[in-house]
Amino acid sequence: MAVRAYRAPRSIPEAVSLLASEPGAFALSGGTDLLVQQRSGARDPGAFIDLKRIPGMLGIEEQAACWRIGASTPCVDIASHAGLRREFPGLVEAAGLIGSKQVQGRASLGGNLCNASPAADSVPALVVNRASLLISGPQGERRIAAECLTLGPGRTVLGSGEFLSAVEIPRAAVRQADAYLRFIPRTEMDIAVVGAAAALQLDAEGRCTAARIALGAVAPTVLTVPEADAVLIGTHLDTDAVAACVAIAQSACNPISDRRGTAEFRRHVAGVLLRRVIAIAAQRAAQGV
Amino acid sequence: MTIATHIPVVGSRPPRPDGADKVTGRARYGADFSLPGMVWGAVLRSPHAHARILGIDTSAARAMPGVLAIVTAEDMAESFSADVAAGESHVDMQDLSRNVLAREKVLYHGHAVAAVAATTQRLAKEALRAIRVDYEELPAVLDIDAALHPDAPVLHPGMFTRGLPETPSKPSNLASRLVMQKGDLEQGFAESEVIMQRTYTCASAHQGYIEPHACLASAGADGQIDIWCCTQGHFAVRSYTAALLGIEPASIRVTATEIGGGFGGKTTVYLEPLAVALSRKSGRPVKMQMSREDVFRATGPGSATRITVKVGAKRDGTLIAMDALMEYEAGAFKGSPAGAGAMTIFTAYAAPHQRAVALDIVVNKPKVAAYRAPGAPQAAHATECLLNELAAELGIDPLELRFRNATRNGTPTVYGATLRDIGLQECLEAARAHPHWSAPLAAHQGRGVAVGFWFNHGAQSSASVHLVEGGKILLQEGTPDIGGSRASMALMAADTLGIPYTDIHPMVADTASVGYNDMTGGSRVTYATGYAVVEACRDLIASLRARAAAVWGVDPARVEWKDGTATDIEDSTHVLGLSALAALSGRMEGPLSGQGAVNLKSAAPSFSVNIADVEVDPDTGASKVLRFTAIQDAGRAIHPDFVEGQLQGGAVQGIGWALNEEYRFDAKGVLENPGFLDYRMPVASDLPMIDTVIVEVPWPDHPFGVRGVGETPICAPMAAVASALNAAAGTAIRDLPLSPPRVLSAILAKG
Amino acid sequence: MAIHVHSTINGQAAEFLCEPDASALDVLRDTLGLTGSKEGCNSGDCGSCSVLLDGSLVCACLVLGAELEGRELLTIEGVAAGSELHPLQQKLLEHNALQCGICIPGIVIAAKALLDRDPSPDETTVRFALAGNLCRCTGYDKIIRAVLDAAATMRDSAGAHA
Repeated sequence: MAVRAYRAPRSIPEAVSLLASEPGAFALSGGTDLLVQQRSGARDPGAFIDLKRIPGMLGIEEQAACWRIGASTPCVDIASHAGLRREFPGLVEAAGLIGSKQVQGRASLGGNLCNASPAADSVPALVVNRASLLISGPQGERRIAAECLTLGPGRTVLGSGEFLSAVEIPRAAVRQADAYLRFIPRTEMDIAVVGAAAALQLDAEGRCTAARIALGAVAPTVLTVPEADAVLIGTHLDTDAVAACVAIAQSACNPISDRRGTAEFRRHVAGVLLRRVIAIAAQRAAQGV
Repeated sequence: MTIATHIPVVGSRPPRPDGADKVTGRARYGADFSLPGMVWGAVLRSPHAHARILGIDTSAARAMPGVLAIVTAEDMAESFSADVAAGESHVDMQDLSRNVLAREKVLYHGHAVAAVAATTQRLAKEALRAIRVDYEELPAVLDIDAALHPDAPVLHPGMFTRGLPETPSKPSNLASRLVMQKGDLEQGFAESEVIMQRTYTCASAHQGYIEPHACLASAGADGQIDIWCCTQGHFAVRSYTAALLGIEPASIRVTATEIGGGFGGKTTVYLEPLAVALSRKSGRPVKMQMSREDVFRATGPGSATRITVKVGAKRDGTLIAMDALMEYEAGAFKGSPAGAGAMTIFTAYAAPHQRAVALDIVVNKPKVAAYRAPGAPQAAHATECLLNELAAELGIDPLELRFRNATRNGTPTVYGATLRDIGLQECLEAARAHPHWSAPLAAHQGRGVAVGFWFNHGAQSSASVHLVEGGKILLQEGTPDIGGSRASMALMAADTLGIPYTDIHPMVADTASVGYNDMTGGSRVTYATGYAVVEACRDLIASLRARAAAVWGVDPARVEWKDGTATDIEDSTHVLGLSALAALSGRMEGPLSGQGAVNLKSAAPSFSVNIADVEVDPDTGASKVLRFTAIQDAGRAIHPDFVEGQLQGGAVQGIGWALNEEYRFDAKGVLENPGFLDYRMPVASDLPMIDTVIVEVPWPDHPFGVRGVGETPICAPMAAVASALNAAAGTAIRDLPLSPPRVLSAILAKG
Repeated sequence: MAIHVHSTINGQAAEFLCEPDASALDVLRDTLGLTGSKEGCNSGDCGSCSVLLDGSLVCACLVLGAELEGRELLTIEGVAAGSELHPLQQKLLEHNALQCGICIPGIVIAAKALLDRDPSPDETTVRFALAGNLCRCTGYDKIIRAVLDAAATMRDSAGAHA
């Protein structure tokens, strides 16, 4: 269908109403995925509902219990936020990896999440940091864990009239740190062939008291592997413990072969990246963030 | 009166004349032109890689409001008088016509089938959807082995392989077999103490110009046609369009807009004949531009290849026999550069017994087009990688192996010419002396060296120079500027006339305003067009001397031209500069101009040596180019910055082809990566600085010693990078691209 | 149904009509006649349509014309001050860093965005800042040198005025 309308609502209720009522309505955040898909025919919007003029959709707010990031905040703002970077260097790095500097000027966490690509760079880091997503809709506001948004490639749990309004990340504790790495063939501009994130919490003796890993682009949705997390707990993240964690995570992978990489390659590199992010997160945590 | 001494400017680095427009956005490229009343053209493309066209029904589309014209193959000429000579090869007009608009069959996914003109781009696209094409799908042939299989579906029922000892009785997908040889191979291998044979493959790579094809065509009621297009050869656009549509060439005026890259890919026509046909039918100017996706799907990339090289040598590394089987994919129509590859594959080496067997093979993929030294990069990849493998096996330094076997002046080539005035030795010496060659390497790092060669081209060029009031010179040439050649022309003109560089105003004139020029390609512009420019300036000087003599009433033999001034050797008060001569024109015999026209049969070959350092991450197969040095013989660097630019740009194209660039087709022949996201060209952060060394062994046949430089730079990088990567990873990967999954696989396989 | 947009482009008020799905690049090139920004891919992968939107570096092909409402856009046509070139433009010319030139408008804008926030970038920073601008002719070498040289020149003249 042709795109018949562009609307820029100024409030959440107005946006909810437009998304529910305009035929073929699509929420427009940064547009860096949606516009490309509309041109290629991969998605077929009848109307663009631009969320960026709604108060609260843009902006990064430090609160007592969490950081609140407006879902349409451009990644360039996240990547350059000193406060966020101090607590979540991995998440901030991930946000700063999405696309080129030009794409960074528009791309948002909301868009990256709701586009629901298995290779989304922000998702593994959000998941390991236990981010929750605020969804606004006809029934008001609801909150879900970041890893619960996506049903499969390109599909989310969002119902008619619903959109992502904010991302909330609980404050990091002392000696808690994260890291994110992705594999791409060039140094920039590529979609992640594999993404790996880890968030670790250490005690004063350097023992791991909490761990969460997540992998991107190795399954239809972001992959969390609680059994892999578990083998790290209580250890000093020694070589054997990490190797065991990586092995469990690798066997949980369910990657595809496509123009960006083979399944075998993804599985192997997932293990390599996981080992590396655990080491980076551990080093950051030990420095007492 | 003191005459300012002209300080020679050839070899200096002034800013280019078109530079200010390009940094301010004022320069106009193919898609930047508009005319009042303009409408938009769009192309309907085949959804099948191979199918018969049973019928095309345009009635519904024609009835749509806003749709002004539709063209199909029926609107193209049926027959052609002769092949049209253009560029470096003759063009088969039957093939070109069918590539521009499919006739009996569609032969690749994306093949143009029809074109429409409508009042908006949106309407044009909607009209395409309303055209009904009835296809009979046929099995597609998608690689060399499939194409050569005895039971392969045949793309062209009239294709009987040329060049075989006996003409075959059945058609096939082997368009031609060409053999070039010298010496006695059997004897050569018999004398060899060590024989090595390896097979190397390259994927198809696109030239990757950032500007998609675009044009604007306007057909007048009197049959005069104007075309503005980004092209490497506007005279060729005129010739092809005229032939394809049955129009008189002189009725067509083509203006070459600024061009956003070509590299050989803009030496043919795709949109222009369609835009003209639509303009004639609709009576309106028609603008057409390709999407990036169409550029990838439906314009000509460089050939995918499989090359098997067998080399016989003595234990001390002396090469005796070199044999190659070169299988090149031509795409949907014959005409891969296998022959050019055969001319280059062993030419850098003095081995007396050489043979190259070149196979031109059609497959259901877009018809390949020239890509910078067409055929040579793939050939060099094979030979240079094998020689590096041979050097390792014999325990000889790879550069030393090249020294031992480098070809020399007086050596006959397999293609018949005898090399003279070459600079290979000088390039090798520059490589050996370069700090890069002896810099230390760390773990997981490797170094590769390779030699490149391209024979370059001469051909036809014309130029005119006109003296303008105020004493400035208007320089008209006719070869589109794709690398800075306007500046080089101005430098040569300035030195020939003895006047400041800034007094020359060069322009690329349209086809109605300057004499015939073969296209920009074959690295011939600084060489051949430069030659024509120098001739035009010399012609002007003769007229200036005669004019000064007439002004003074003396014998022209007394008049000298030096430092931009006419002087009388017998009377020192007689001094006339350009400004004065221009001012006097009205009282004398009128305006002063000079013409130059050349058709250069000989061209200066150029050699290069590249050194690459690559680091590999053994855990992931990722690689990084740490350092790259490009050394090349330019004959004479008219504008060193532009020569360096050619070396650097060609190196990076070669690096891309080596590491990540490839056309990926699915099982139905649909291109999987028709965009810059997944067709991975190098970005700024992927690369180090590219160091360059310009060697100057002047070519004596050119007034300034110029040798073509544009194409040789892409010949050696693939082998240099591949050899470096294999050294770093301890692997022997012979297939390009060296993408991380392939590299990792090889690393894991060696255990 | 066309949308009526009021924007500021290169410091001047601009008013135009556009379709809901028209990109800012379409508007610049086809409606406003500002053809300095180029279309290389229409999917945000080449950077040749780079512009500054409220000072932020973006691809004009990934912004809707409608989204320009009330916003400020800087295109290549607005970088020079009349005939006085910006140091970036000057240095690109001096280093002969352009060949075909099609990527250069985008490079100027992206490099300007970099230098506006980081006056002393090193080579790696410049390369990553320009990773979203494809160039096929130059291999990037002279472009990087020109940007570093422009940064130095701009620091010197800022220092001179301090």
